[in-house]
Amino acid sequence: MRTDLVVIGAGPAGLAAALAASARGVRVVLVDAAPEPGGQFYRQPAPALRARRPQALHHRWRAWTRLRDGLAASTVRVLTEHHVWCVERESGGLTVHALPGPEQERSVEVRATAVLLATGGYETVLPFPGWTLPGVVTAGGAQAMLKGGLVVPGGTAVVAGTGPLLLPVATALAAAGVPVAALVESTGPRRLLRHAGALAGKLPEGAGYAARLLRHRVPFLARHTVVRAHGASGAGSGGDRLTGVTVAALDEHGSVRPGTERRLPCDTLAVGHGILPHTDLAEGLGCRLGGHAVAVDAEQRTDVPGVWAAGESTGVGGAAHALAEGHIAGRSIAARLRGTAPDPGEWAPAGRVRARMRGAAAALDSAYAPPARWTDRVTDDTVICRCEEVTAGAVREAVSLGAGDTRTVKLLSRAGMGWCQGRMCGPAVAGLTGCASAPSGRLLARPVPLGVLADAHREHEEHRDREVHREHEKHREKEEHRAYEDRTEEGPS
Amino acid sequence: MSEPLTCDVVVVGAGMAGAACALYAARAGLEVTVVDRGHVAGGTTGAGEGNLLVSDKTPGPELDLALLSTRLWAREARELGAAVEYEAKGGLVVAETPEVLDKLRTFADAQRAAGVTADPVPAGRLHDLEPRLASGLAGAVYYPQDAQVMPALAAAHLLRASGARLLTGREVTRVLRAPDGSVRGVRTDRGDLHAPAVVNAAGTWGGELADRAGVFLPVLPRRGFVLVTEPLPPRIRHKVYAADYVADVASDSAALQTSPVVEATAAGPVLIGASRERVGFDRSLSLPAVRALAAGATRLFPFLSRVRALRTYAGFRPYLPDHLPAIGPDPRAPGLFHACGHEGAGIGLATGTGLLIAQALTGRTPDLDLTPFRPDRFPRPTKETER
Repeated sequence: MRTDLVVIGAGPAGLAAALAASARGVRVVLVDAAPEPGGQFYRQPAPALRARRPQALHHRWRAWTRLRDGLAASTVRVLTEHHVWCVERESGGLTVHALPGPEQERSVEVRATAVLLATGGYETVLPFPGWTLPGVVTAGGAQAMLKGGLVVPGGTAVVAGTGPLLLPVATALAAAGVPVAALVESTGPRRLLRHAGALAGKLPEGAGYAARLLRHRVPFLARHTVVRAHGASGAGSGGDRLTGVTVAALDEHGSVRPGTERRLPCDTLAVGHGILPHTDLAEGLGCRLGGHAVAVDAEQRTDVPGVWAAGESTGVGGAAHALAEGHIAGRSIAARLRGTAPDPGEWAPAGRVRARMRGAAAALDSAYAPPARWTDRVTDDTVICRCEEVTAGAVREAVSLGAGDTRTVKLLSRAGMGWCQGRMCGPAVAGLTGCASAPSGRLLARPVPLGVLADAHREHEEHRDREVHREHEKHREKEEHRAYEDRTEEGPS
Repeated sequence: MSEPLTCDVVVVGAGMAGAACALYAARAGLEVTVVDRGHVAGGTTGAGEGNLLVSDKTPGPELDLALLSTRLWAREARELGAAVEYEAKGGLVVAETPEVLDKLRTFADAQRAAGVTADPVPAGRLHDLEPRLASGLAGAVYYPQDAQVMPALAAAHLLRASGARLLTGREVTRVLRAPDGSVRGVRTDRGDLHAPAVVNAAGTWGGELADRAGVFLPVLPRRGFVLVTEPLPPRIRHKVYAADYVADVASDSAALQTSPVVEATAAGPVLIGASRERVGFDRSLSLPAVRALAAGATRLFPFLSRVRALRTYAGFRPYLPDHLPAIGPDPRAPGLFHACGHEGAGIGLATGTGLLIAQALTGRTPDLDLTPFRPDRFPRPTKETER
């Protein structure tokens, strides 16, 4: 398949970009791994569930319906359930490689002149004793269950960790009828207030959530942390399952205040410590990163020609930020594909939103930092890398063997070598070892069957053979022609 | 600047070669300091597969070094085997056609004369050794001396066993020379280290370090991709590769040449690699290289078609123009020793290299003749030849 622009990711940034570009005559293919567009932010209940009021789980429902209707009316071609594993730079442009369907057993290629990376972010969870028990879910996971499946995690819940995601998750759980025993936030209220100025864009939203928490009588424990999750084997279940958590207050330095520990019984713990940008595809392309995020210019262009990035992949800033960046990227792409420079005046309102939300995001980042001494509470037997079952003790041993950055820690402990390739444990390993947390240079954005790679090799070989053959033929014809001309020249004279 | 430290020998490079040099030098009674600008196994060692191979070596000095190293690895494995995931699994080199099999057998005859154990395997017995192998192969040669380690763990544990002082995150900016030209230590970005001997075990950056000592050593990078699959139950028993691998190693072509070495690891994933390209220090993904690896591996083991590749990584194998390492004292700078340029065989050849360096450091007669590995065998190019 060949097109002008491939947008990877159908969340707010990808949708806004696809619509802005397509409205300006650009042929767009929009690719997403999920069965429906919307991303994590506008995740939709499966139609089969016939949700009567899905908007109850979302704010900014109007923005979504506008995007959804715009998409339906547009010429954008949507490829859902397509898992992009690599974007390749070739002489003729860019090729997006994706594995379709739940099977993911074959690969399709979409060739394009431009690619927008709107790959979003993923959740960070920092480990603590007991965090691998069944019943412990990520905050984002709990939200996805609510939005996508309308499934309610069982029994009483505790929401814990740090970051702006905890509030909406706690209120959504409470609104869905789940008793929420506590919202445990490690950041103190004073610290949040210090950043209130920059957070202004986000605060009305936060105030709304706070009111809802109050209405549902959810206790808010600021500057507290979950010290340990407890489990017991329930009747009929195979192994241990979550029965409760121990929470404690933190002092100014991030250490537990002695004597403040208390136990809260619960069946679900939704825990999260913020969002990190997805940068695998950008790294495979060789795009420059700034910290954890893809570096972009004022037009959302990366330093690789033909590649733009927008939304959480350029820095986590929420849906409004993503919409603004996507809109700017879409307009920039439309202009650049016509061979003209875009006029930034055209997107001035979006530019202002982007600037405001970037400021708010930076403030949120520094306000919601994990407590300084969280690693003190990680016992040596706590599993850090779940894929490879590597404990904190093994990670600490790697440092004593001479590891000094996330790569050598991985090599000497196997932490981050498994299925998720360190997406889950990367920040935890960095924290435990005192190494700088860095994107880990994953060249394959997701697992690919070897047969897919091998078939492509054979196809390319055959293609090359055909090309060589064609060149030979051309050459032979030319020679024959020349021989003929020579003969005719040599003819009777 | 911190106070000068004194020891008998400074080893530059905390990879596999540096670790082995440190271990054997310490056993010879020397006080050793290992210094690296990065961390343990952070360079080419961490991007290797851990091949301890004799099967791919042509009779000659490299094979002699491989045989010595193989014996030493087996000895070290008695203590450290589990920690470094040592497996004496043997190598199986297969031929896809009768013509290639003929060549392979002739090659094996010559290796046998040089001391390699190489047992011909007829087509009918291939699947007893390797049940999942493709059908229709012409035959193979089995090399019981081929073995495997996990390279990063091997470097780390040999270093620990050496008891050497380890200084990481510290870059050597200059090798210090006395007015008479002899080496008297190294200058680092965080102070000097004084020692009468310095070992260049800087791998792909060995040429740069030689330059910082004022001598010429043309170490070049050759990029190699390795593909890693999801963890599998044990299904591949040996190191298995196709016979055209042997031809590739000594080849001088700059074009992509990929030959699949397929092996299972103790941890479960199957490793496939490595590709060989001369493209300088470029780490970005090369889909053609990775596809060729997958094609080679699935041709040998069809069941791998449905197995998923989880990741791929590139490393830079250090090589010298004649594809032999530089091992031994440098007559141009008395006190400077080289232990680098092992190309794709550095893990396997490390133990022998370490022993030879320790023998040279202590003035003993080395177990092997060092002449073919002389570090001063490459003349510094003049302006004219440089073009």
